[in-house]
Amino acid sequence: MSTGATGFLQRYEGLAGRLPGDSALRSAAAAAFKASGLPGGTQQRRIEAWKYTSLRSVAEAKFQPDTAPRHEVETVLAGLMLLDAPRIVFADGVLRSDLSVMPPTGFARFADQPDFGTLSWPDREPMVALNTMLAQDGAALHVPAGFDAGIVQLVSIATGEGDFHPRHSIRLAKGAMMTVVEISAGQGRYLLNTVTEIHVAEGAHLTHIRLQDEAVTAFHISTTYAGIETGGTYDSFTLNLGARLSRTEVHAQLSGAGAIVHLNAAQILTGSQHADFTTVVGHAAPGCSSRQTVKNVLNGRSRGVFQGKIEVARIAQKTDGYQMNQALLLSPDAEIDCKPELEIFADDVKCSHGATVGELDPDQMFYLRSRGIPDAEARSILVRAFLAEALGAVADETIRNRLETAVGQWWERQKA
Amino acid sequence: MLEIKGLTASIGDKPILKGVDLTVPPGEVHAIMGPNGAGKSTLGYVLSGREDYTVTSGTVTFNGIDLLALEPEQRAATGAFLAFQAPVELPGVNNANFLRTALNAIRRAHGESELDAVQFLKLARAETKRLHMPDDMLKRNVNVGFSGGEKKRNEVLQMAILRPKLAILDETDSGLDIDALKIVADGVNALRGPEFSALVITHHQRLLDYLVPHRVHVLANGRILRSGGPELAKELEKNGYAGMIAEAA
Repeated sequence: MSTGATGFLQRYEGLAGRLPGDSALRSAAAAAFKASGLPGGTQQRRIEAWKYTSLRSVAEAKFQPDTAPRHEVETVLAGLMLLDAPRIVFADGVLRSDLSVMPPTGFARFADQPDFGTLSWPDREPMVALNTMLAQDGAALHVPAGFDAGIVQLVSIATGEGDFHPRHSIRLAKGAMMTVVEISAGQGRYLLNTVTEIHVAEGAHLTHIRLQDEAVTAFHISTTYAGIETGGTYDSFTLNLGARLSRTEVHAQLSGAGAIVHLNAAQILTGSQHADFTTVVGHAAPGCSSRQTVKNVLNGRSRGVFQGKIEVARIAQKTDGYQMNQALLLSPDAEIDCKPELEIFADDVKCSHGATVGELDPDQMFYLRSRGIPDAEARSILVRAFLAEALGAVADETIRNRLETAVGQWWERQKA
Repeated sequence: MLEIKGLTASIGDKPILKGVDLTVPPGEVHAIMGPNGAGKSTLGYVLSGREDYTVTSGTVTFNGIDLLALEPEQRAATGAFLAFQAPVELPGVNNANFLRTALNAIRRAHGESELDAVQFLKLARAETKRLHMPDDMLKRNVNVGFSGGEKKRNEVLQMAILRPKLAILDETDSGLDIDALKIVADGVNALRGPEFSALVITHHQRLLDYLVPHRVHVLANGRILRSGGPELAKELEKNGYAGMIAEAA
């Protein structure tokens, strides 16, 4: 079996006719993927959007998705400390009804009702093309007008050495509400390459929390397209802890007046981990606001990336855009790359961006240690304090506590 | 018993302490006075283990333990406590959690059981009440948005909770009004006992009206110039340091 783009294309050929949904769309995606290849893969052509993140390691890895289901799934699931709420569990890319607690209504499965949505760009995004070509399963969540669906957990557990391409869609009708908590974890050297399409209709409110705690040998790519209409809110927070390499890419389009988007994130990395948080926020209507606070804690030889683009259309007067990227470097070998981009065509807007890079403050460290607190514990206290502002953006206390626990466990793992 | 012998220390290439000899017997409060730049704060930092200073010679023992060989947190575990001249702000760190972490770290070092949140809050509230501090001081982030006086009172609160055997107060009185000064003095006086020693670094004599020392030492140009009883502080207040420094030279 071939590696890299060729390997994926061969698999697609092998599956031809057996994949659900629009086959013309899939073959167009396959053509796009064949032309682009994996960013930073064997082909020499540079892709600007992937300037700081190369998928050469993905291209060189051999993925074998056909292995039998493994018992590790239950072990990983048991360790996730899920909330007391509906959960939709995918194991190695396939829905596991037996492990799920389905929401009472509004759920459909991609394998049964394939929906590729309307917002994604397989022709521009190689990993979206790959997903479109090979997607087999995923969740479609639909909340009818005026209904509050509460919390729904979307869980991905991957094991072994496969590659998985879930395709999710989340649609909130007028005035609807929902909180989606997406958790991904696993064991092994796999690739999870998710595409999610989100529609937030007029006055609707979607909270989207992501906890990425993949195996440190795994690859995690996630691309989200969100459309937010008049007065709607898409409030997201992403915590990236795991994976050898991760990229969280969000395209948010504010298409109706007064729409709001929050793309907050924290990335905590060590060893040779690489995590890329890339956003494109389109202000296409007046009076919309976008908020992005991205905090990176980087240890060892790890590398954090933040690319944030804000596009303000001519019509989007009174836009309020804010972007802040902060990095705490715990080691001299850690690295942060930050690329803010503002593209503004309206004249009455408020857009700001900033970036800070620093180390632990020696005065603060000495103060803590002089009170008897050992070095490692003092570092942990200051790192958590640095993250507190980012985690503070998560309004639900139960969910915030869950994320804080994940950070605490991450810290314990480093000591072990 | 704190014993400092022939202590010299520098920051970078610059010698600050040039041979300090000082003994504070258990149960005693000693004051260190001296002009600006005499090395008073350096002495406090060197005793508590700040990395910016290099000890070039001399010894410091506390109850027979070689303090200079220990990390700052280990020094705290022996019972040493430095009240900072400029307490550090810790945004995002809750004061009660900070105090409980510190107390439990020290208890752990002594092989004692840790206090849970409820046990700790009971203790902390009793101390804030005794020191006439508002309870909300525990809920706020450490020193963030505190006035100068509140920061110093927070140092006293930490001291009251950690119960050190050796308190080093680095100009804790600077910038305080008379009421805050009394709180600082009361905080130290409450800890007085046969096992407790304190080294009170100060610029002015006023604090010593409320916190009467057994001995007063004058530190100038990196050395102890003179030592005496509490009356020495009064003499300095009247005549200043200049005459004494000229006399010694």
